[in-house]
Amino acid sequence: MWRRYPSRVGTFCLVELQKLSHDRTELFTRAVQPILWLVIFGETFNRIHAIPTGNLPYLDFLAPGIIAQSGLFVAIFYGIMIIWERDSGVLTKLLVTPTPRSALILGKAFSAGIRAIAQVIVVLIVSALLGVALTYNPLKILGAIGIVVLGAAFFSCLSMTIAGIVLKRDRLMGIGQMITMPLFFASNALYPVSIMPGWVRVLSKVNPLSYEVDALRGLLIGTSSNLPLDYGVLLVAVVLGVTTASLLISRLAR
Amino acid sequence: MTVAVREELAAAVECRGIRHRFGETTAVDGVDLTVLEGEVFGLLGPNGAGKTTLIRLMNTLLPLQEGSISVFGNDVRHAKMAVRRRLGYVPQQLSIEGALTGRENVMWFARLFDVPRSERRERVDASLESMALSDAADRLASTYSGGMIRRLELAQALVNRPALLVLDEPTIGLDPVARDSVWQRVEELRDATGMTVLLTTHYMEEADALCDRIALMHLGSIRAEGTPDELKSELGPDATLEDVFRHYTGGTLEDELKGGLRAIRSSRSTAHRLG
Repeated sequence: MWRRYPSRVGTFCLVELQKLSHDRTELFTRAVQPILWLVIFGETFNRIHAIPTGNLPYLDFLAPGIIAQSGLFVAIFYGIMIIWERDSGVLTKLLVTPTPRSALILGKAFSAGIRAIAQVIVVLIVSALLGVALTYNPLKILGAIGIVVLGAAFFSCLSMTIAGIVLKRDRLMGIGQMITMPLFFASNALYPVSIMPGWVRVLSKVNPLSYEVDALRGLLIGTSSNLPLDYGVLLVAVVLGVTTASLLISRLAR
Repeated sequence: MTVAVREELAAAVECRGIRHRFGETTAVDGVDLTVLEGEVFGLLGPNGAGKTTLIRLMNTLLPLQEGSISVFGNDVRHAKMAVRRRLGYVPQQLSIEGALTGRENVMWFARLFDVPRSERRERVDASLESMALSDAADRLASTYSGGMIRRLELAQALVNRPALLVLDEPTIGLDPVARDSVWQRVEELRDATGMTVLLTTHYMEEADALCDRIALMHLGSIRAEGTPDELKSELGPDATLEDVFRHYTGGTLEDELKGGLRAIRSSRSTAHRLG
């Protein structure tokens, strides 16, 4: 059974790519928000030097945070999508194929990763155009893409877990909006941990998004970061996320 | 077909003492049922009779609470994957991925059922062809009509060459022309492959036209079982299945259909999906 995993995950990723290739508009509409963050928020704070980022221009500091954020926003949508698939009957059919529940969730999680990559490439290009000093090292860029996939996989599992608990699309939409902003603000995406009040610092410490941003900054901009810890935390988070979401997914079929 | 001959045939599905509750409601209340290999078996009854629950117990979607079910000798409790491999399932809702083409939809399920890479393209083409969808195969499924979506679902379910095809209300919400075309495809399939088909319906004419045997389900239990002719002749020379239903349940299927918010909601949502 275990050897079927890669083939199942590959199948779900392929389907995601096919869907993306038929409808590219989402790629552009979803790029608007990160561009606004970089162009308006980033440029403004870059000029007023309100946030202490040392010798690093604020825009360079911000770009990895916005990359992580756009991955997060894509992934949080996956719980809503799985409820949509339940309502339309597609999930019911998927659940009676010889696919273990965890392979289905892992497949969905990596599809979220695929969509996040597509998004991140757009944000990377915009960042480069705005003059952010990004690395040209292909290995580091690959590493960054890897961390984006892990981040998207975790947050999609979080979203699918909540979907398995609340079971209703409108409830999940409310909860999705309720948690994405706190996840984003209580992380190191917009400002360094050192200027946070103590309690936000604690939240940032347990927030996987912070580890994603830390790794992205280290890889893309070259700030000091703890890559083994970042990868480790995200890997453990993905394993936990896939496990809980797989246990809850059958609730959607009842 | 005589009873003696029937007993010689192997069972495709065997249900014994099935009982299933959702909270306070008992959806299936003590069902014993045998579907024989190669027959088209119809579960006939109004909405809320327990047909869909019974099907969802057979195809491993719901955990079995009481009783036992085996599908081609595989226990649904312990051999879920083996059961799923033998099944093709088309649920009540029109369930395709509209953002993919017809061919991509079928290819997706070919991969999920581990159809070997060397055979995949051929099997997908053959499935689409058998449902008369070859010409539309490369269009996005969101552009399909209700009848085409239903046929695409059948193509999806067939790509695995299932031993048992399970159709839950296959023609609900379809216009008469689309309904006829689905019937015709199911009949062709049965003639060409000898596949076992289990379908649920609340259309009397559908059960009469398609099924070798039917079981009449009402309020969670089976009230009568037999070939359509047997059931009708028990009541008299001119009896219809509608009369049979009235005889065993004390109401008409029409009354049952009109009653209940669930019925209205389900037909509305189907109409909505068909847009």
